[in-house]
Amino acid sequence: MSDEGRILRFQIFRYNPQKKSDKPRMVTYEVTEAPGMTIFIALNDIRENQDPSLQFDFICRAGICGSCGMVINGAPDLACRTLTSKFEDGEITLLPLPGFELIGDLSVNTGKFMRAMSERVKSWIHDLNADEVDYNKLEERMDPDVMDEVYELERCVECGCCISACATKRMRPDFLSAVGFMRLARFYIDPRDKRTDEEFYDIIGDDDGVFGCMTLLGCEDYCPKDLPHQTQIAFLRRKMALIK
Amino acid sequence: MNIIYTDSLVIGGGLAGLRVAIAAKQRGYESIILSLMPAKRSHSAAAQGGMQASLGACIKGEGDDEDVHFADTVKGSDWGCDQDVARMFVNTAPKAIRQLSAWGVPWSRVRGGDREVVINGEKVTITEKHEAQGLITARDFGGTKKWRTCYTSDGTGHTMLYAMDNKAIQMDIPVHERKEAIALIHEDGVCHGAVVRDLITGELIAYIAKTTTIATGGYGRLYSVSTNAVISEGIGTAIALETGVATLGNMEAVQFHPTAIVPVGILTTEGCRGDGGLLLDKDGYRFMPDYEPDKKELASRDVVSRRMTEHMRKGKGVPSRYGDHLWLDITLLGRAHIEKNLREVKEICEYFLGIDPVKEYIPVRPTQHYSMGGVRTNATGESPTLKGLFSAGEAACWDMHGFNRLGGNSVAETVVAGMLVGEYVADYCAANSLNVSTSTIEHFMKKEEGKISDLLTREYGENPFQLKAEMQKIMMDKVGIFRNGEDLEQAVEELKLLNMRAKKIALRNRISSSNPELVEAIRVPKMIKLAQCVAYGAMLRTESRGAHAREDYPERNDRDWLKRTLTTWKDESADLPEVSYEDLDVMKMEMPPGSRGYGVDNTVHHPDTEKRVTEIEELKKANPTADRHEMQEILNPLDIPEKFKGRNERIGRGYK
Repeated sequence: MSDEGRILRFQIFRYNPQKKSDKPRMVTYEVTEAPGMTIFIALNDIRENQDPSLQFDFICRAGICGSCGMVINGAPDLACRTLTSKFEDGEITLLPLPGFELIGDLSVNTGKFMRAMSERVKSWIHDLNADEVDYNKLEERMDPDVMDEVYELERCVECGCCISACATKRMRPDFLSAVGFMRLARFYIDPRDKRTDEEFYDIIGDDDGVFGCMTLLGCEDYCPKDLPHQTQIAFLRRKMALIK
Repeated sequence: MNIIYTDSLVIGGGLAGLRVAIAAKQRGYESIILSLMPAKRSHSAAAQGGMQASLGACIKGEGDDEDVHFADTVKGSDWGCDQDVARMFVNTAPKAIRQLSAWGVPWSRVRGGDREVVINGEKVTITEKHEAQGLITARDFGGTKKWRTCYTSDGTGHTMLYAMDNKAIQMDIPVHERKEAIALIHEDGVCHGAVVRDLITGELIAYIAKTTTIATGGYGRLYSVSTNAVISEGIGTAIALETGVATLGNMEAVQFHPTAIVPVGILTTEGCRGDGGLLLDKDGYRFMPDYEPDKKELASRDVVSRRMTEHMRKGKGVPSRYGDHLWLDITLLGRAHIEKNLREVKEICEYFLGIDPVKEYIPVRPTQHYSMGGVRTNATGESPTLKGLFSAGEAACWDMHGFNRLGGNSVAETVVAGMLVGEYVADYCAANSLNVSTSTIEHFMKKEEGKISDLLTREYGENPFQLKAEMQKIMMDKVGIFRNGEDLEQAVEELKLLNMRAKKIALRNRISSSNPELVEAIRVPKMIKLAQCVAYGAMLRTESRGAHAREDYPERNDRDWLKRTLTTWKDESADLPEVSYEDLDVMKMEMPPGSRGYGVDNTVHHPDTEKRVTEIEELKKANPTADRHEMQEILNPLDIPEKFKGRNERIGRGYK
């Protein structure tokens, strides 16, 4: 790449709520670009060589774990797999994901939100016999196509980009949001989950659920895993509308 | 003093830790899981290709069973594993995968009828049995006799971890996130819990429990390029070492995966080769059949990594600005297969390399991948020297992998060990009461407070990021795939100096709450100690076994080295760990040492090997009617909880 060695300018949101005197502000850092540089590499460079207090979260750095969602030049995305070469003018503004409790700088508490979401949609197989299954015997047979469909919906990494891109969530603090709908849809189509339509309705059949969605579909636009949010929200709405 | 009490404390929220907590809770014991991050972000999620379990449902898995899986695992370990543990593992793996199926993992399933696959570079049609329709299917992996690796596309770890964490949520098991255990609390040979730092507030909390389980994964980040997540720094293993009482096992046994992308070291699954992908050199030549005519690209990982390195040393690597690499060619698998079964690989290629693997070759190089070594445990998962301390998964040297782990056996270990060790954790909780004085707790809390306060007040000193980078470079350059005495001696000496320097770290950002530099300053001295265990163990082991390949001692030497390395750090001020060894007893082996079938067999045999071979032959003759289960009971009787003793059913074979 010919852009080796150019100077990147990062504008980064800084605020540490743990420090009483601290105030939110934007700070500029300059980094010399290296070939194949990602925002993961650049942020570590800044932390190690310029400001060791800079907070951010990376785990797998391979686009798999969902830790590093942040707002990159206005769009929520996974920072680890965003190449700096993508930004022609070399100007990169980083903000923490909105919609989550701020831990500090670019680090937000997605864990607390996602656990609550999982508890709310009861994100597990509902089958009284699941714990009594005789695991010495052949497993229950499953339609291969149905299992592939379940996996398709289970690919969500709980990064939170859909929450940050959701206008409904901004207006309704308790809105379940795309991540929750996707999780529910995953269990809805899984034949191992014995919940009835009514039970699903009790979870999402209101304005904080699937009927509250304004269908602006930021979730569909910004999902780093390209999950079929639009289709699933429409699917769940139709199913739920037929129940009561 | 903030103290939290529970029955079973689990450090680490990946597959192994979650499964241990679930097992304890199922038996009625309260569990708390500590995790650096939300549990679903653990490194378990990165396992792509699959989990080995001998279900034998797909046609290429026909004839598979526990015995075949056992033989593959023991051979793969280069006879360095604990065969009792390998046996427990292979017999329980089918149960673990079936339980996970009931808990919601969408395992890919058998489709009856014809399908096209790629084997040895050729497209062939295989016919799946219609009666197996809908059962869990499997793919081929390296070093296995049968297609045994069960999967969901190439997101197996993700689906397993999500099912497991969901199960933990269903059972109301608390995961205390953004908490780091920085020291174990122990007295008179009993572990009572851990001193834990809240990574947001900086507060120190004592977690006190009957049992403490370390399930913090591997120590890949001792190396500057690793496939591992950035949190795989071995801190759980290090706090066990720092007790001076617990031992670590086989720390020098470090695996290099053949196919990580260049330069960033992100993994592309072994499933690429399992599904038919090939390795090519700079001339586009498929070189593996020249080295390993039998298993070719699907030889064991350590073997493929060495052959690739040898081939690059002959000048056959593809030159690049990041050094030489080779090509992984999956283009022959076709778009439909790649987009369905290797989609993570495709995403990784697109985002990090800007290439489409459907049409282009992937630049790969062997890269640090797995830690066979870890907290030494006995078969129950408990430290033989520190009561109440357990370990499971990659963090442990439970020792089913010996000196080389087979692909697909790591996620399998996490859930199988989680099941078994979890039962023993519950047994321990049942048999013991919590008995620890607050003054002991205070002693350990004060000690850690003192260390942190030193770091926050020291005016001038070492930079922790720099120390870490220097350590990682030493490990990369001198304790890598091929090792030799001279490099290892240098590594040991250089790491000693780093250890001294790490006692004088000073910070630029001197606040006790949320502070990444302080986190680094707490971890780096621990990591350097682990690096010393790896390098020193490698220097002392003057043989080649599995992933430990000494250029100056190329033969496997069972006569002198059929033993497990044990490392302790008794004296805090010492600049090297203490190393001792425990023999593996050939006379108790179900499968006495033999050849793995790669390259030239230059093994120096153990004097007992022949004796044991004869003994086994005689036992077989004396029991002509014994079936394979009975024979196993004779050769390698298993002591496992009753609930795991049942035989496993297979399609077309029943419980035989």
